[in-house]
Amino acid sequence: MEGNMNLTLKVWRQKNAKSEGRFETFDVKGISEDMSFLEMFDVLNERLISETKEPIAFDHDCREGICGMCSMYINGHPHGPKQTTTCQLHMRSFKSGDTITVEPWRAAAFPVIKDLAVNRSSFDRIIASGGFVSVNTGNARDANSLPIPKENADLAFMAAACIGCGACVAACKNASAMLFTSAKVSQLSLLPQGQAERQMRAEKMVAQMDAEGFGACTNTGACEAECPKGISIENIARMNREYLSASVSSNKEY
Amino acid sequence: MSTILDAKIPDGSLVEKWTKFRSNVPLVNPANKRNLEIIVVGTGLAGASAAASLAELGYTVKAFCFQDSPRRAHSIAAQGGINAAKNYQNDGDSTYRLFYDTIKGGDYRAREANVHRLAEVSANIIDQCVAQGVPFARDYGGLLKNRSFGGTQVKRTFYAAGQTGQQLLLGAYSSLQRQIGLGNVKMYTRHEMLDVVMVDGKARGIIARDLISGKLERHFGHAVLLCTGGYGNVFYLSTNAMGSNVTAAWKAHRKGALFGNPCFTQIHPTCIPVSGDHQSKLTLMSESLRNDGRIWVPKQKGDTRPANDIPEEERDYYLERRYPAFGNLVPRDIASRAAKERCDAGYGVGASKMAVYLDFRSNLINKYGRAEASKLGIDNPDEETLIRLGRAVVKEEYGNLFDMYKQITGEDPYETPMRIYPAVHYTMGGLWVDYNLMTTVKGLYALGEANFSDHGANRLGASALMQGLADGYFVLPYTIGAYLAAEIKTKAISTDAPEFVEAEKAVQERITQFLSIKGKKSVDNFHKRLGKIMWEQCGMSRSAEGLKGAIADIQALRKEFYSDVFVPGDADEFNPELEKAGRVADFIELGELMCVDALQREESCGGHFREEFQTPDGEALRDDEKYAYVSAWEFKDTSQWELHKEELVYENIKIAQRSYK
Ligand SMILES: Cc1cc2nc3c(=O)[nH]c(=O)nc-3n(C[C@H](O)[C@H](O)[C@H](O)COP(=O)(O)OP(=O)(O)OC[C@H]3O[C@@H](n4cnc5c(N)ncnc54)[C@H](O)[C@@H]3O)c2cc1C
Ligand code: FES
Repeated sequence: MEGNMNLTLKVWRQKNAKSEGRFETFDVKGISEDMSFLEMFDVLNERLISETKEPIAFDHDCREGICGMCSMYINGHPHGPKQTTTCQLHMRSFKSGDTITVEPWRAAAFPVIKDLAVNRSSFDRIIASGGFVSVNTGNARDANSLPIPKENADLAFMAAACIGCGACVAACKNASAMLFTSAKVSQLSLLPQGQAERQMRAEKMVAQMDAEGFGACTNTGACEAECPKGISIENIARMNREYLSASVSSNKEY
Repeated sequence: MSTILDAKIPDGSLVEKWTKFRSNVPLVNPANKRNLEIIVVGTGLAGASAAASLAELGYTVKAFCFQDSPRRAHSIAAQGGINAAKNYQNDGDSTYRLFYDTIKGGDYRAREANVHRLAEVSANIIDQCVAQGVPFARDYGGLLKNRSFGGTQVKRTFYAAGQTGQQLLLGAYSSLQRQIGLGNVKMYTRHEMLDVVMVDGKARGIIARDLISGKLERHFGHAVLLCTGGYGNVFYLSTNAMGSNVTAAWKAHRKGALFGNPCFTQIHPTCIPVSGDHQSKLTLMSESLRNDGRIWVPKQKGDTRPANDIPEEERDYYLERRYPAFGNLVPRDIASRAAKERCDAGYGVGASKMAVYLDFRSNLINKYGRAEASKLGIDNPDEETLIRLGRAVVKEEYGNLFDMYKQITGEDPYETPMRIYPAVHYTMGGLWVDYNLMTTVKGLYALGEANFSDHGANRLGASALMQGLADGYFVLPYTIGAYLAAEIKTKAISTDAPEFVEAEKAVQERITQFLSIKGKKSVDNFHKRLGKIMWEQCGMSRSAEGLKGAIADIQALRKEFYSDVFVPGDADEFNPELEKAGRVADFIELGELMCVDALQREESCGGHFREEFQTPDGEALRDDEKYAYVSAWEFKDTSQWELHKEELVYENIKIAQRSYK
């Protein structure tokens, strides 16, 4: 035992997409405050395995807050009480004796795979519908031939910092994917490279987002408040402008 | 019988080789490309760029990754930057200089022709990424910025704050998603490749497991590309993502692909130190921080004062002291060993005493603070103002790294120096490939960190991203033509062919075996023990005696694994423990080969430091007479390998004792 925190965990267990889920309660002891939330789960899983029980399935990979794989809904917040990812949430954010409720992302477009792991391939399909610049390998010209005002470059970078974790969807009462989609639309519309496909991009990505079953945006701002990367809802406003100008414009040549 | 390998390096002078090759390589006409199927395993930088580029050319591509999206490959975590010989800073950079720095940085154990090609295409990579919308850092004139990395004296590193890998991968991913949307690539996420299928001596497909349903699948391809990343996780604790593994490369190795320089591992000098037994991974603090941070330890042994209370004259900036020409920017292998040397000698800091300081204060004040103050016209600014102004600049350059440090340690690196210590980071070794990136198995290629690559015995910072993207965007799409042009008459082979059936059966049996052992120890228990053996005996310093002991220990560990591991759950469901079991079983075999390789190489070079072979001042002592070759190991049977060699011929660079003094 490494630390002296004792916690009660109420964790969502679900065998697969088709079965019903339920909460299961676990006591975990000897947790150190230097552990990450996922390392606390490692401790619990190690114990379950030693009792020949099935460990709790959850997604994770980089454990550095950048791959966007980890995705726990903790005490009613995606990634828990801090504006960070689950893997970068440390136990010093909790107190010994706490009861912590852990669920998967809840959204129709993110079906549960098992326990806390969900399927987010809908995000990939949104990107495939238009979240790119159509430039084949070898087509590029010299990188410095096109100066980009620093302000635009910085804003584009801030939008591009999205890790695609889906916390925005999990935070939204409508399970809307507007923050995710708009971050990509914004990034590319702020850059000269993105201009040629600007109108078509916004239209196609919004259409795909709707087709995936994500809800409408009612501007509650919950997504921005929970986003571990601080993606701004300014991006949603920017996408709405792109979208409007795309749908009123008559010269759609694609 | 041990052989000398032919790397198929084209004739001609170094600078002409690649151009000539491209002009002469056989082409496949567009109508035939559609009928040629290529399997790409792994969609990190190397795989995503290859899959997208091949699909753009018209080939039919199937791509696989084990994460839930290609965007989550481990490449996403790369922080500091990517090199390219653009010479935008007018500081004397050139293709030759990048080539030279890379060969020297690799301690003269890389292949000249490949490295020169890498330097040649480096500039195209930056152009391509910018065209995709990758938001690299820019200055106020709107042009691209550069920073310095270790082992060089020019600024050639392009970056996007501390998130360069993320931005590059999202660029490659967007190109890949575009091809998926167009129907040119079929993407299989949450799929793990578990074997290569060989038909008549050529790689013709793979067996993959759908990680959600647990079903095994057979996939045919005229060629198979492994872009499956590095194997640093053999050490359990490393800066790699939790899922990074050697399985794909290992299966290929067991099917005949030689493994090149397995023991060449990079230990990165600046990582957050281990804090306890619970630790599941180590976190890198990018090398780019060495641009602006100074590394030191107290001059006095066992000094327990807080860092900020130790006066300037009582600090030992040991890198600046030992290597005045390169200072804090010496290559990684050298910086890591120097940190270990100070800590072993009793000068380490922090609770564990296994850490050194990386301090930003003087640059916050002097470099950035003063520049900002003069921009704002503030005369005689006090220290507090300077720190405030400097902090804003540093935040823009590295903000995410500073935040991450604070999250993990609970300390604010703007106020107190970071505590850092070396950690396993990258593997220069990997599948041996020829100039075409083909392994010794026909039709089987390896790209990115998965191949033994261009980095010799030590990789320079910001060169892995460059190499992965060079392989995928600009090298393989050409070199694969040499093979596929002769395959246009080969019809798709049915996956009911006996070779596929048998390969699937073998994979099935192995899974059944894992589940039926029903022992008492978890997979992680074995992984941690393997990691400990590797770190202690095959890590930053190695000796014949230690390595021999490690080989025996690993063999014993393997036996214990197959009799006492417990893998819960079933084969036909989402089962992360089962996935881990397969990976750790392969790591155990690889770990043994790494020790065999380290034992065989009786010299020190780059990251491979044999205690018996060092100069009087503790630097790596190469033996060019005996060891100027790539070790390429052939798998014979469990614990049995045969060594083949590729002689390294230096025609353009004079091979010398590496000096950064
Ligand atoms: C923390 C960190 C920071 C770094 N920073 C830098 C930097 O600043 N500059 C630099 O140049 N380099 C950096 N590196 C190194 C660099 O990031 C990697 O070497 C590089 O990204 C590897 O790319 P890759 O495409 O070869 O492999 P990866 O990105 O690791 O991709 C591997 C792919 O293979 C798939 N895969 C693996 N096995 C299987 C299987 N059996 N079946 C199916 N799919 C499989 C994975 O799903 C993934 O898609 C850094 C590395 C780390 C760890
Ligand atoms: S595991 Fe990668 S962001 Fe959390």
